[in-house]
Amino acid sequence: MHDEAGAPREPYEEYARWLSDYTPAELARKSREAETFFRRTGITFNVYGARDADERLIPFDIVPRVISAREWARLERGIEQRVRAINAFLHDIYHKQEIIKAGRLPLNLIAENQAFLPQMIGVSPPGGVYTHIVGTDLVRTGPNEFYVLEDNARTPSGVSYMIENRETMLRMFPELFSRVPVQPVGDYPVNLRRALARSAPPASRGARPTIAVLTPGIHNSAYFEHAFLADQMGAALVEGHDLRVVDGRIAMRTTQGYTPIDVLYRRVDDDYLDPLNFRSDSVLGVPGIMDVYRAGGITIANAPGTGVADDKAIYSYMPEIIEFYTGKPPILKNVPTWRCAEPDALAYVLDNLEDLVVKEVHGSGGYGMLVGPAASKKEIAGFRKKLKARPANYIAQPTLSLSTVPVLTKAGLAPRHVDLRPFVLVSPDRIDITPGGLTRVAMKKGSLVVNSSQGGGTKDTWILED
Amino acid sequence: MLGRHACGLYWMFRQLERAENTARLVEAGFRMALTRSVSAEGEWESIITTAGCRDAFLEVHDTFETGPVIDFMMRSPDNPASVMTLFEGARRNARQVRTSLTRDVWEAVNEGWMTLRELLRRPVRIAELPALMSAVRQQSALVRGQLYGTMLQDDIFAYARLGTFVERADNTARLLDVKYYVLLPATSYVGSSLDNVQWETVLRSVSADRSYSWLHGGENDPSHIADFLILDRHMPRSLYYCWCEIVDNLSALEREYDMRKPCQDMAEEGQARLNRMTIDDIFAAGLHEFITDFLSRNNALGRQIEADYRFYE
Repeated sequence: MHDEAGAPREPYEEYARWLSDYTPAELARKSREAETFFRRTGITFNVYGARDADERLIPFDIVPRVISAREWARLERGIEQRVRAINAFLHDIYHKQEIIKAGRLPLNLIAENQAFLPQMIGVSPPGGVYTHIVGTDLVRTGPNEFYVLEDNARTPSGVSYMIENRETMLRMFPELFSRVPVQPVGDYPVNLRRALARSAPPASRGARPTIAVLTPGIHNSAYFEHAFLADQMGAALVEGHDLRVVDGRIAMRTTQGYTPIDVLYRRVDDDYLDPLNFRSDSVLGVPGIMDVYRAGGITIANAPGTGVADDKAIYSYMPEIIEFYTGKPPILKNVPTWRCAEPDALAYVLDNLEDLVVKEVHGSGGYGMLVGPAASKKEIAGFRKKLKARPANYIAQPTLSLSTVPVLTKAGLAPRHVDLRPFVLVSPDRIDITPGGLTRVAMKKGSLVVNSSQGGGTKDTWILED
Repeated sequence: MLGRHACGLYWMFRQLERAENTARLVEAGFRMALTRSVSAEGEWESIITTAGCRDAFLEVHDTFETGPVIDFMMRSPDNPASVMTLFEGARRNARQVRTSLTRDVWEAVNEGWMTLRELLRRPVRIAELPALMSAVRQQSALVRGQLYGTMLQDDIFAYARLGTFVERADNTARLLDVKYYVLLPATSYVGSSLDNVQWETVLRSVSADRSYSWLHGGENDPSHIADFLILDRHMPRSLYYCWCEIVDNLSALEREYDMRKPCQDMAEEGQARLNRMTIDDIFAAGLHEFITDFLSRNNALGRQIEADYRFYE
């Protein structure tokens, strides 16, 4: 928020003036008010493995994160480029595999990839869209300098927090928004509905297509979001056992009988989507949905098999992938990544564990990772063993000097590390990026881990008007 | 509308109705226990029986004493029909069907759950009982108020109301089932103070002591009370009234869906039967037999509604 001389950075100027009128006690009171609001609304998440199976609040910090219109414009171009490349890559991988034939990507990265679905070979999703919804994780390291951490191309979550965080801020500090011109984020659900409708199977694209959100149920950690999005889009919120195949379509059991669905926004992983085609023990999915899908009877968003594009080993090839499909160098940087499957890289990583972040290739949610600078000797030794046993299971990255933003702590404002997840919607003919996103905060001093499952918090993210 | 959502709504409102009735029963029982002329233990036993949780209670307790009974009925997780368990279930159902509820209804349920969870965190102290009871009543009234004030009067609303009235009819009937002997002319000592206390409990358990006196000028008479609870057209907890509401809500669904269902025939036939009856017929054929028969009809109707609107697979 501040430059080296201690003055507020340009996008924060007006906000800082406004903030100086508040006493720490007033801010603390506002913060409690926000918490009550979240509880009452039921904006909670469930923690897997937690004993009291209670719903928890994600800590919300009332100091917004502010990004200038200029920085955002460049980010937008970079994200759009990346998302286009990912969709072209997915189409290629499930059809001619030209990138492999051209020798730009090793075959084993696909052949041995668990997220690669042979059932998708030769299948073209309706409208040609693979990733209808993407959440690109970024970090800022300096002025106009962003790195992409991850391309979440499966079922990215957090968008409901983007919207509810803004709602909360509007409710608590209405006067602030008349002083600082912030771009709105509230039209995301409408845009989501539109993007999904445009990707409906051709037969149902003219009329108002029937859209449903598939949730694993109330015990899922992101259930609030599933209900929120279904509600805001006016879509049905279905579970696997509400659905079945009827006359070659996927239909939901309504009070008046079975009604066919055109577009299914699924928040269930590929593995669980269809017990006949994938994991046979799944009770969350719909038996036979893959057969209906392959016959063009329904749109599934995101398409099955997109996980192959956000795998962390594939990630290290993203610069090549972007160049291969767009013909241009990437606008946004990749974090330099050592693939531990390669002997030279592994040797380097083992020598420098104290300085590196090591992640599982298929991991997510901040589980199973090592943050070298913050780890104990024992943790590092443990990881050394794991790396040697299964090198191909890991990648390593340098720890970036992430920018910090102020959060309200018990001792007043203090700097904490943040990342940023903007949300991207892909239709057959366009890409929309909501001006904003989810800013996740590592609430512990010095920590780099922002995941909510690991105690991370969130902030409202402001993209200023030009 | 999804069958599973119709199911969630229906049960959410059954659970809320039951929670409210349970609290009212405890309140009535507590007043009885304060009355020296009756055996508190006997009263509590009949209240536990009315609430349908006698077996569950006897698994954890041997005698029906005031403290344990109140605790069991209000907050015990061992009791599937305790006010807290029911409210929790109602909230779980509300989360299931969140997309069918307005924000106001959802928040009312969620806040009710938070408030009661706080109030019932520790064993209930007798001194706090009246405040606790009014909190329960208030919270469920808030949900009902938001339902009326903010929801579209469509099929969603009909399922919510069906849940309320199927449960209410069941609860009133079960109260009568346990207390029917107090209302039998042959065994009652008309005019004795014991009877007055007993009748008052029955009326209080359905929050109808005032409306009864208003209608009957303070004349306590067992057959009037039975008539009031079974056949009265205006009393919102009488069996007849509940079934009229069920018939109305099923007709609303018929209009909405342009589809007539078997449960509608059942409900209309039952309503017509009650309409033809007089309280003398009921006493002549046996009050107890009548209630047992009604309970099984009410159950069957509930099951038919669940099947007709595809609540389950």
